[in-house]
Amino acid sequence: METRSQIRARFFVRIWTAFVLVAIYLPILCGALAGLTKGRYFAFPVKMFSGEWWGKTLESFEIQTLVQNSLLIAFIVTLVSVFLAFFGALAFARYDWKGRRLYQKAILLPVFFPQPVLGLALLLWFNALGINPSWQTAVVAHLVWIVPVVTLVIAIQVYSFDPTLEEAARDLGASRWFILREVTLPILWPGIWSGALFAFLLSWGNFPLSLYTAGVDSTIPKWLYSKMVAGYTPMVPALGTMSTLSAAALLLTGGLIGILVRRRREQA
Amino acid sequence: MAVALDTSAAPPAKTAETMSISPGLRSASPVLILLGLGFLAPLITVAAYAFAAPKSFDVFRSFTLENFAAIFDPQNTVWTSFVWSLIFAFLTVVLLAVIAYPIAYGMNRMFGKWAGFVSVLFVFPLFVSENVRLYGWVLFFIKNGVLDGALKWLGFAGGPEVLYTPGAILFGMLYVYLPFMLFPMSLGIAMIPRDLVDAARDLGASRLMIWREVELPLAMPGILIGMLLTFVLGAGAVAESKILGGQSIITIAQDIEVAFTYAQNWPLGSALALILVAIVSGLALYVLSKLDLDRILGRR
Repeated sequence: METRSQIRARFFVRIWTAFVLVAIYLPILCGALAGLTKGRYFAFPVKMFSGEWWGKTLESFEIQTLVQNSLLIAFIVTLVSVFLAFFGALAFARYDWKGRRLYQKAILLPVFFPQPVLGLALLLWFNALGINPSWQTAVVAHLVWIVPVVTLVIAIQVYSFDPTLEEAARDLGASRWFILREVTLPILWPGIWSGALFAFLLSWGNFPLSLYTAGVDSTIPKWLYSKMVAGYTPMVPALGTMSTLSAAALLLTGGLIGILVRRRREQA
Repeated sequence: MAVALDTSAAPPAKTAETMSISPGLRSASPVLILLGLGFLAPLITVAAYAFAAPKSFDVFRSFTLENFAAIFDPQNTVWTSFVWSLIFAFLTVVLLAVIAYPIAYGMNRMFGKWAGFVSVLFVFPLFVSENVRLYGWVLFFIKNGVLDGALKWLGFAGGPEVLYTPGAILFGMLYVYLPFMLFPMSLGIAMIPRDLVDAARDLGASRLMIWREVELPLAMPGILIGMLLTFVLGAGAVAESKILGGQSIITIAQDIEVAFTYAQNWPLGSALALILVAIVSGLALYVLSKLDLDRILGRR
C-alpha cells in the first residue's frame, strides 16, 4: 500500500532523527572521554586512559559537600513540589471553577520565563526581605520553576481521570480522605510518579537558578560552571559524567518501577 | 468547660461548610501562594528597583526614570545586546521549527513502538545541566579536541575554528532548546485526527496540500507553544555565549547579570530586566490567550 514517496519520507525522517540524536549525545560522550584521560590536558585521540580523575573526584571533600547540597535540594524540591502540584493539577484539570482559565495561564508564566532573569529577580527579592541566600533560598527558586512543570505533568494524567468515580465513592458514603487515598491517588499515581522524577531530575541538573540564589552554598552544576570559566581540571568532565550517569540511572530505575507497578496492577 | 469548648468548635465547622470557596480555588491556592511569593513579588521588586536612583539600593525610597534614560541613550551600546538576543532567539525559533518538525512527525506517525523510547532519549538531556552539555561541545571543537584531533589523525590539516564565534552561540542555543520545541510540537501533531488526513488524500489532495491545509493548521497550537517557549528561553540565554561563544556576543541576560554583580548597579539591571520581561511576557500572554490549554493537554 505504501507509495514510494512514503517510503522515502520514512527513510529521511529516520536518518534525520538518528543524526540529531547522535548530535545530542556527542558532547556528553566527549565529556566522558575527557574525564577518563590521563594527564591534565585533554587531547584527542586519547593516548592513555586512566581512572585517576574519577578517583580524585570521588575522594574530594569539596565535591562531597556539593553532592550533599544537590541531593538535599532535589529531595526537598521533589517532596514539596509533588504535594503542591498534586492539588495544583486538580485545580488545573479536574475542577471547573471560575478562575480556572486564568489560573492555567498564570501557572505557565514561570515556565515561559528566562531562568537567569528569574534567578536574579529572586535574588533581589530575598535581599529586600533581608534573607541571606543559601541552599534554602535555592530550594524556593527551584520550586517556583519546577512546581508549574510538575503540575502540567500531573494534569495530563488528571485529564484522563473520570470524576464520576469519586462521586460514586462519595455516594457510597466514603469520607473525603478515604476517597483521596483509595480512588484519586491510585488512579493518578503514574502522573505523580513521573512528576516526582521530573522534579528531582530538573532540580538536580538546574544551573541558572542555583547560580544566583544559592549564595555561598554550591551545587554540582554551579561548581562545574565556576571551574569551566576559570581553573579547568579533568575533574570537571569527570564530575559532569558522574552526574549525568546518576541522572540516567535514576530515570531508568524510576521508569522500570513505573512499568513493574503497572504490570502488577494489570494482573491484579 | 466542655460546653464552652463545644460551642466554640461548632461554628468554624459550619462556616467551612457554607464558605463559598470552590474546591478548584482551594486546590489551586497553595500553588497560587507559591507563585505570588516566588514569582510575582520578585517581579514587583525588580520593577521597584528599576525606578530607584542609579547605583543605589534606595528601593521604594526614590523614584527616577534615569535608568531607562541611560538605556535609551544613543551613546549607550546596551541596545545592541537586546538586538543580538532577540535576533538569536528568532533564528533559534525558525531553525528549530525546521529541525524538530520531521522528528515530531516521526514520533507520532512513523516510529510505532519505538516512539516512547525515542522521546525518552530526547527528554533525558533536559536533566543534564546545560553547562555540562555545552562544555562537551567545547571539548569537541577546541584545538586538539575531538574534531580537530580526529581530522589531524586522518591526515587533514585540522578542524575549522568555530569556537568562540557568534555561530557557535547559535549552535549552542539550537542544541540546548531543541526539546522545548520538539515536545510541544509533538503534542500538536498528535492532535491531528488521522481520518481527516486520509479523507483529504481520498479526495485527491496532494501531500503538500494536506500538509498546508490540514496538518499544519491543526498542529498549530502545539507548534506555537514550542515557538513561544524557545523564543523566551532564547531571549534569556546566557550560558551559550559564555561557554561556547567566548563572549564574542554579549547577550542581554549577561548585561543584566553584570549590572547585578560586578557593576553593583541594581537599578540599571532591574530596568534592563524589566524591559526584557515586558517583551517576553507580553508575547507569552498574547500567544497563551489564543490557545485552549484543555484541548492541547488532552481533555476530551
